[in-house]
Amino acid sequence: MSKLDSKIPEGQLDQKWTTYKSKVALVNPANKRSLEIVVVGSGLAGASAAATLAEMGYKVKVFCFQDSPRRAHSIAAQGGINAAKNYQNDGDSIYRLFYDTIKGGDYRAREANVHRLSEVSGNIIDQCVAQGVPLAREYGGMLSNRSFGGTQVQRTFYAAGQTGQQLLLGAYSALERQIGLGTVQMFSRHEMLDVVTIDGKARGIIARDLVTGKLERHFGHAVLLCTGGYGNVFFLSTNAMGSNVTAAWKAHKKGAFFGNPCYTQIHPTCIPVSGDHQSKLTLMSESLRNDGRIWVPKKKEDAEALRTGKKKPNEIIEEDRDYYLERRYPAFGNLVPRDVASRAAKERCDAGFGVNQTGHAVFLDFTFNMKEKYGRTEATKLGIEKPTDDQLKELGQAVVKEKYGNLFDMYAQITGVDPYEQPMMIYPAVHYTMGGLWVDYNLMTTVPGMYALGEANFSDHGANRLGASALMQGLADGYFVIPYTIGAYLSAEVTRMSAEKGKTDSIDKVKTNHPEFEKSEKEVKERIDRLLNIKGTKSVDHFHKQLGHVMWDKCGMARNADGLKKAIEEIRKIRAEFWKDLRVLGSGDELNTELEKAGRVADFLELGELMCIDALHRNESCGGHFREEYQTDEGEAMRDDDNFAYAAAWEYKGEGQFELNKEELKFEAIKIAARSYK
Amino acid sequence: MSAGNMNLTLKVWRQKNTHSEGKLVTYPISGISPDMSFLEMIDVLNEELINKGQEPVAFDHDCREGICGMCSMYINGRAHGPKRAITTCQLHMRSFKDGDTIVIEPWKAKSFPIIKDLVVDRTAFDRIIAKGGYISVNTGSVKDANNIPIPKDKVDEALEAAACIGCGACVATCVNSSAMLFVSAKISQLALLPQGQPERNSRVLSMVEQMDHEGFGNCTNTGACEVECPKEISLENIARMNREFVMASLTKKKKKNTGGGAG
Ligand SMILES: Cc1cc2nc3c(=O)[nH]c(=O)nc-3n(C[C@H](O)[C@H](O)[C@H](O)COP(=O)(O)OP(=O)(O)OC[C@H]3O[C@@H](n4cnc5c(N)ncnc54)[C@H](O)[C@@H]3O)c2cc1C
Ligand code: SF4
Ligand code: FES
Repeated sequence: MSKLDSKIPEGQLDQKWTTYKSKVALVNPANKRSLEIVVVGSGLAGASAAATLAEMGYKVKVFCFQDSPRRAHSIAAQGGINAAKNYQNDGDSIYRLFYDTIKGGDYRAREANVHRLSEVSGNIIDQCVAQGVPLAREYGGMLSNRSFGGTQVQRTFYAAGQTGQQLLLGAYSALERQIGLGTVQMFSRHEMLDVVTIDGKARGIIARDLVTGKLERHFGHAVLLCTGGYGNVFFLSTNAMGSNVTAAWKAHKKGAFFGNPCYTQIHPTCIPVSGDHQSKLTLMSESLRNDGRIWVPKKKEDAEALRTGKKKPNEIIEEDRDYYLERRYPAFGNLVPRDVASRAAKERCDAGFGVNQTGHAVFLDFTFNMKEKYGRTEATKLGIEKPTDDQLKELGQAVVKEKYGNLFDMYAQITGVDPYEQPMMIYPAVHYTMGGLWVDYNLMTTVPGMYALGEANFSDHGANRLGASALMQGLADGYFVIPYTIGAYLSAEVTRMSAEKGKTDSIDKVKTNHPEFEKSEKEVKERIDRLLNIKGTKSVDHFHKQLGHVMWDKCGMARNADGLKKAIEEIRKIRAEFWKDLRVLGSGDELNTELEKAGRVADFLELGELMCIDALHRNESCGGHFREEYQTDEGEAMRDDDNFAYAAAWEYKGEGQFELNKEELKFEAIKIAARSYK
Repeated sequence: MSAGNMNLTLKVWRQKNTHSEGKLVTYPISGISPDMSFLEMIDVLNEELINKGQEPVAFDHDCREGICGMCSMYINGRAHGPKRAITTCQLHMRSFKDGDTIVIEPWKAKSFPIIKDLVVDRTAFDRIIAKGGYISVNTGSVKDANNIPIPKDKVDEALEAAACIGCGACVATCVNSSAMLFVSAKISQLALLPQGQPERNSRVLSMVEQMDHEGFGNCTNTGACEVECPKEISLENIARMNREFVMASLTKKKKKNTGGGAG
């Protein structure tokens, strides 16, 4: 029998969540006050969950490693958040958002979860607006929408290019309100370094105060991991520098299965790598694909001339440009999903048509829409009958500036090139991880009492996430799902508590004095000492960069069996070398950023291996997972539904040893079909 | 093109912890490329220090795209360095010349104690927000988002104020260490929106009270904060906050006089 029970409620798909909500056990207000919940992470998922649970009456503790909960990586999301509001009256519906997400995920997500996500999406927008989040509006005062990849409707809400910032500040303000009311205790500059399990249940965490270095024990009747994604395993990614897998990985080692670790999203529109010094990559929001056309030269000699600077992009005449996305995918054009767009860029660059000095870049060109779409509309508004080319450009530029000004500025800042004058250059970069801790319908991992929310879990996006859906998922999990589903577990805890009431050895009394807390703390301490005592010769970054190279070359945009086998060998070598030759200076009893990084990279070095193992076992191509052996003659991904229509959930069996469990994916509402954007 | 050719002299503030004395330490550095970001240049310095067996410089940073507000560095006497409207992580070495001396210090303000090297404690900002920088609305108890139309210009103005990243450059740069720009940005955002009206008066009073309690100084209208703010938060917000404060104080008094509810 499978060890996995996804706990999908009975009933018709569109009724499941409603029925579930009306039946799930509730916890009465008096009992809530004696229930403690540990929330690790203060991003969209963590902040929204913590604030809501505290509003409901639970006692909540929140942890983040930054100096303030407002700085979680969600702050950096630019483009927008999806919701099936159908405000544009363009045929959107809960079903359509559900369908787009399942199809976008290449039929590798769980229907029931995705449908629920789609159902609550509208409430998120309502909630955020009520909190004072200034989402963009039209002149009539109604909310505005834009389109994102993989859809044919306009359902993306936004706040200029700062959507994540504004949504997070909304959730943060709700969280701060609870902190002010004393219902939430906040621990910033704290890093969770282990989950404590007692009799198979999650009972708290060990955290390190990053300022004093002191290890602390924190008890909880439930532990919520809202710790974000692990894209930094590639060293270079669009993630913030501190984003890591540590919390999820410790949970994995304590029994939480890891779902689909190999599903990585490579985002098509990022600023290309410029040199070895590079520490991170910068995303140019997908919303730019609304108005930018992607192209490379048709002729190799033009590409060559562009690379060496002999020609400027504007000198390549229209006939000599290959708008390859519009050519290959006429129905969706520049708005194909991310995995498709990224691979198409790689294909052109590998074939020798790439630009930039490195040959690893394509153009994202706004000239056409700037002049023809916006310039002309503005000219008409102003009653200019025959606008000149310069007028069109000037009028259009003003509109583009209003829509994307901060993104254009960011581009100019980083590259030193003015994108109003020359097309942007972009190349795919690691951006998001669909994989994460396996969770059931309740968002509970395979460890009772331990939950995973937001990017940290593996749920809703299958093998590829659609743009503007991560913010939606994080907030759905935190505001609208966990407040209900946690009741199923905690109501049973209440029963247990009253049964154990008089007992002196009850966990509710013993709490962090339990031997398991002591043991975990000791293990954490030993590991820190071990890192400090290697006293080798190489910095943490040295090993991180090595790992990143292997991952990008062999487990990145395209993978094959030979490469993955080699990668596994190489990662093991780097790991062994790391534990022999790492140099971390300073001590463990103070702020020590190198020590923090060392712990994170040590975990990446284990995760990287599992990602390759997962990629190697999945003998098909789906979404972000492209195995070169499995493609059509036209280079499109070839899925194998007979053998791989399942979520892979890996169980930790000791270093470098993992056992595969499968959750069969059943498609009842949607007919599983080839995914075409042509 | 990674190998660069700039040679620089860095003078970096080193301080073991809150209680110890700090001082500027000089490090020559070479081979810096103009394409590097300022923080990547510090990465290079740290890599060199580690190789030499010396402790790297501690500094706060995370997003490296100008939005998280962590990278708090005082560079050559200016918060976030010589260029306007950007954070330290967005500053590139092409803004410097070969041979330059660059002095790098932490934010210095009584309410932002130094933790180590360039890292400071800005939790005072969080405590101010916890005193009213929100709209009291519980999850789930709300109406459809389009129920209240909001004029586009109002929302756009609110967003401009809401763009504040809580970096603290305004405080660090102010001779009085005033936090008025930060606090007023939040007050303005919520005062401009219909949703913010019910708590408009109590919000400004309690946030200002907490601001004073944290030991931030008064505003004497030098305008330095606006100049150094990476998000170009406007001084108009401070003017608005002052008006809001006066109005709220008057309302509170009136209520007291008439024996009304608790202001
Ligand atoms: C540049 C960029 C742009 C994006 N744009 C969009 C967009 O437009 N639309 C969209 O839908 N999605 C977007 N995404 C994706 C989206 O932003 C993220 O997936 C989402 O914000 C993740 O939220 P989260 O709450 O799960 O985690 P995060 O926001 O990453 O928060 C993680 C939290 O966990 C804490 N933490 C982690 N580990 C530990 C530990 N060991 N101990 C203590 N605390 C810990 C951190 O301190 C932090 O508070 C973007 C992503 C990037 C990188
Ligand atoms: S007002 Fe400007 S300088 Fe002050 S904290 Fe906000 S963004 Fe930083
Ligand atoms: S590191 Fe985030 S703003 Fe500079």
